[in-house]
Amino acid sequence: MLRDTVTLLAVSAGLGFFLAGTLGLIRFPDTPTRLHALTKADNLGLGLVVLGLLAQAAEATTALKLLLAWGLALLAGTTGSQLLARLARPAHPAGAHPAAPPAGPPGPAA
Amino acid sequence: MTGALLDLLLAGAALGAAAWSVAAADDRRALLAFLGYGLLLALAWTRLGAVDVALTEAAIGALSAVLLLGAVARLPAGPAPGAPPPPGPVRRAVAGILCATVSLALMAAILLLPSPAPSLARPAAEGLPALGLGNPVTAVLIGYRALDTLLEKVVLLLALVGVWSLAPDAAWGGRPWAGRPWAGRPWHGAAPDGSLVLLARLLPPIGILLGIHLVWVGAEAPGGTFQGGTVLAAMLLLAAMAGLVELPRTGSRGLRWLLAAGPAVFFAVGLAGYALAGSFLAYPETVAKPLILLIEFALTPSLAVLLALLLAGPAEPPRGAR
Repeated sequence: MLRDTVTLLAVSAGLGFFLAGTLGLIRFPDTPTRLHALTKADNLGLGLVVLGLLAQAAEATTALKLLLAWGLALLAGTTGSQLLARLARPAHPAGAHPAAPPAGPPGPAA
Repeated sequence: MTGALLDLLLAGAALGAAAWSVAAADDRRALLAFLGYGLLLALAWTRLGAVDVALTEAAIGALSAVLLLGAVARLPAGPAPGAPPPPGPVRRAVAGILCATVSLALMAAILLLPSPAPSLARPAAEGLPALGLGNPVTAVLIGYRALDTLLEKVVLLLALVGVWSLAPDAAWGGRPWAGRPWAGRPWHGAAPDGSLVLLARLLPPIGILLGIHLVWVGAEAPGGTFQGGTVLAAMLLLAAMAGLVELPRTGSRGLRWLLAAGPAVFFAVGLAGYALAGSFLAYPETVAKPLILLIEFALTPSLAVLLALLLAGPAEPPRGAR
């Protein structure tokens, strides 16, 4: 009973983040804000869903697998959004080192 | 009830993604819809209990998505010069009607199947003890229909030769990606101490373990050479994108032996079948399982490197050399 309540609450909250993240992805005007919306859904939404499912896990290995899935999604999501954000920044065209001065017109995209 | 609702949602979403990928205005949108369609299909296969197919669908979906993304990125926007004009309304209508007819005929054929539908599931399951396997899908792939699987691996090798043959003469035998602006460094100027490099250091230990695990459990549970090989190929590409390893020179003799080794072992076991069990690709019952495992483990490294190189593309002349 308590387990089911935890599951219901956590998964619902997680779905809320997914809904908000999807809305943001569709409605926000540019890449950084869209990434912001998307990563909230990925990190918190998936985290809450995993938390809810943890309450239903019958075995420790199932719980560990759920946590691993979340951890890997965090890692991949973070990396992907960092790379996208880097490519989307107009001051740093693809191929430029981030330490390069932002002044000057952007070079040709690689 | 909940299950039926979920299935309905899944089927609806898959159909929606399929329709979107056909109707999308530009290639990139169509491709993204196609990607989503593949993931939904993988979920649908899971719902049907066909985990092997779901894993393969997810693996092939990811591979073909990267290939197609690369192709879209190379295509110029708009129609290519010299391309025939888009078909007129009459030809479109005729094509649409033909497609609809085929779809309706297929639906009718499925609805008219006798109940229970004819199935080879029982004979396939009956042969499992003789092969020493627990996973009927692996039994079909490496046992009953091993010839198909062998030819499939050879076709993949031919595909790689096809990709390599696109290399300019000067680059023949060189490395893929050698001509990219980021060659030898992390992909597209990602910071050398940044997240991509961190991911490429953290993920491969997990990915390599998972890839080998998928091959190992393939005899008993969903998994197998192809699924495991895809994960291993992804790890190689990740490390190469982060600039941590270099992709091999396509002219390297060691690489070519590695690529040929898997199919060669498969072929050799097949030929040994003449002596041991009386026909090509037949396994004597006592050593069937060891032979099948030998084939799977010999195929895996070849397949992993092959898939990675298929995605990496032909050799390129090093930057500055052109």
